[in-house]
Order: sequence, then C-alpha cells, then structure tokens
Amino acid sequence: LFTRAEKATKERVFGCRMCGQCALPATGYTCPMTCPKQLRNGPCGGVSANGQCEVDPDLRCVWVTAFERAEQSGHGADMDLLHRPMDHGQWGSSSWVNYWQGRDDELWVAPSKHKPPLLRRELGLVPR
Amino acid sequence: MSGLRAALGSGRFVVTAELGPPRGADPDAVLRKAAMLRDWVDAANVTDNPGAHVRMSSLGGSLLAQRAGLEPVMQLTCRDRNRIALQSDLITAGALGIPNVLLLTGDHPRFGDHPDAQPVFDLDSVQLIWLARTLRDEGRLLNGRPIEANPEWLIGAVENPFAPPTEFRARRLAKKVAAGAEFVQTQYVFDVERFARWMAQLRDLGVTQQCAVLAGVGPIRTLRMLEFLRTGVPGIHVPDWVGRRLRGMPSDRVAQEGVAICVETIEQLREIAGVTGVHVMAFGFERGVPEILCRAGVRPRPSARTATTAREDIGHAG
Repeated sequence: LFTRAEKATKERVFGCRMCGQCALPATGYTCPMTCPKQLRNGPCGGVSANGQCEVDPDLRCVWVTAFERAEQSGHGADMDLLHRPMDHGQWGSSSWVNYWQGRDDELWVAPSKHKPPLLRRELGLVPR
Repeated sequence: MSGLRAALGSGRFVVTAELGPPRGADPDAVLRKAAMLRDWVDAANVTDNPGAHVRMSSLGGSLLAQRAGLEPVMQLTCRDRNRIALQSDLITAGALGIPNVLLLTGDHPRFGDHPDAQPVFDLDSVQLIWLARTLRDEGRLLNGRPIEANPEWLIGAVENPFAPPTEFRARRLAKKVAAGAEFVQTQYVFDVERFARWMAQLRDLGVTQQCAVLAGVGPIRTLRMLEFLRTGVPGIHVPDWVGRRLRGMPSDRVAQEGVAICVETIEQLREIAGVTGVHVMAFGFERGVPEILCRAGVRPRPSARTATTAREDIGHAG
C-alpha cells in the first residue's frame, strides 16, 4: 500500500524511480536518480555553460536545479553532505517505510571537520 | 612509495601529463610515449577507456609505463565497473605497486565508440574516493570486512572549475577531499582569472591545505581541435579570445600560437597561491611537452631516472 502510494505521488512530482533510499530531503527536493549517471554527491564535470546535461541536452542538470533550490530555501549546507553508496537491493521498495523503520538513518553524513589535513599529516606539505 | 607524493610534498612545481593507452595490443605504443615523458614529468595519468572509447586497460597501461621508467597515475572510472570490480582493481593496483590512482565518475557511454553499452555508475566519484581511502587507511572493504594487506597508492580526483553550478565547484572538491582525495587535476584552464577565483574559494574552505591542486593545461594546435574542445567535449570552457588569437594566425602558425598560449597560461598559473603544479594534456603531441615546459621555465626532473629504477623491477615481476 505504502509502496504504491509513494510511487503514485512521487513519480508525478519528482520523477521518482523508486530507488527505496530517498535523497530528496537533502537535495533541495530534486531527485538525483533522474541524473543519467545517477550521481548522488553533486554534478559531474560535463555540465554545459547554460546548465544543460551533457548526456541529454534536453534535460537541465538536476544538480544545477538542486543547488539553486537548496540555496534559495536556506538549506545550502545540505549540498556538502556525503551520500553513501546505494543499496541496490532496495529498488522498488518504499523509502517511506524504510524511513519510519530507521533503515535509512545513515544514507548521508556530514563531512568530518576534526580530521587533520591529509597532506600536512602525511606529506608535510605547506601550501604555497 | 609514490614519487608523486614526494614531489607534492617537496614544495617545487609539480608536473603530470596524460598517457592514452593504444587501441590494440601493442605494448611499444605505451613504451614510446612513456620514454618521451619520463624525464619531464613527475607522473603520467594512464587513462581508463577515455571518452568511453575502448583502449588497453589503465592497469595494463600503468604497468607498461612503469616498465619504461615513467611513474603512472592509474585512472579508474565508475562507468564500467560495479563496486566489486572497483575494489578488486584497486587491490590489484596496490599489489602490483601502482603508486597513484585517480578516481573519477567517467564519461557516459553515449559519447563513446559503443553508445549501445550499459553504463554502470554503481558508485559516484565521491563514493569511490571514500571507498579507496577506507580500503587503504582502515584496511576494510565497503561491506566492512577486513583485507589482508593494505594498498598504498596516493588518491587523486578531478574537478572542473568552470562547469555550472560554478558557485558549488569548490565545495564539490571539498567533498572529495573530505572523502579522501589528496591531489586534484582540473579540466583545461584557459580562463586564468576565473580559475583564480575558484582557487580563492578553495583557500577559504581550507582545501588547499589538504589537497594539492594541479591545473589542467594543453596546447590547441589546430582550428579543428579548437572546435572540438568548444563543442565536442562537454564542460570545457574556451574563452573567445583564444579563438580570436588562433584564427588571426596564418594556417602554418596556428600550432605555434597554440603552444605559446599554453606556455603563457602555465606562467600565469604558477603565480596563483595554492597551485602546486600543472597537468599537461597534449593528446598525440607528447613529443611537444618538453618544449612547452621548458619555455614556461619548468626544468626536467633530475631525479626521475633514479627514482623509477626500483619500481621497474616490480613492473617486470608483475
């Protein structure tokens, strides 16, 4: 029931693909699974100057839209979250149920601030 | 031990280049290019089926480059491999003594020579970098299980400072650095002013203290290549003045002018705080790399030969 209700509403509004691990709350409500490369951590390097998708020029890059929406709604910091690899076994299941049951608690994390800089630690590099 | 790691820590201007493996089983094609580059660059990227065109694998190409005394940076993309194959290749690279890896999303197969292929993209580049760092520093697979011996490669990433959303590009690199990237190579830089603004953002975010930045450069030697970069490759920003300068030349001097622009760009990039070096992309013009570097005031690597002899043995053993 939940699966069908979720599919019916989210497919129409967000182009939902039913990946079962909804990233919408952290992406300015722009579905990253509609990206042809299904990137969950931001845009690739091939976005054209006017914001078109490199793979399908009829598409606007979903991450250009996500960034705009997140910034405008005051959730710009969401863009810095690190999204973990997907569980492909969850395709077709309801992310709502997964959310209520706490199965998607660790879909994304904030980058750790207290880790010492890598280069300084390991290479002794002093920035020029 | 990665010679590139040592170079990045040395404080001198670092140079990497690109080595495209051949479409075919001829090892000499790699050895010849490696011989042209080895005295001039600290390491060279061996590309992973670039532009989704079938080539010798980056792992095989890296081994051949090592045999020829050139330190490889093995590129690995998410396009053709799921997480099982990616981890397997990373472990193999560690076992064979490949000193550096460069982890990226990869071009979509739609642009390649097999546009009907199934794209994989099981992970994205940030997740792949994260996975690699965990594999190396914590000795764990993505599923949490321990591995028996940790690989030791240096982890690199790429970024395009010029693609929208441009205000996010510095932060996107910051994500990769948080995930584990220790050096970054950028897309072609022609617009030095815009690049400098991106560098300023990186400095503000503290990224340059954690990650060495190698700015991408390369000569545009024909008007055909100019058109290809402007329209054929997604995400490359070639300002109008470059086209005007090249088109203003008689046809026999376009190549020379393209090289001159590249030299000037390197000279300007050296002056920007936080720029550790350059990444020279001279597809099919590897023989011209020494001249470009020389004219830009970059000296050959005196230590290149001695540093690579030890690794040569590993290459032969593998």
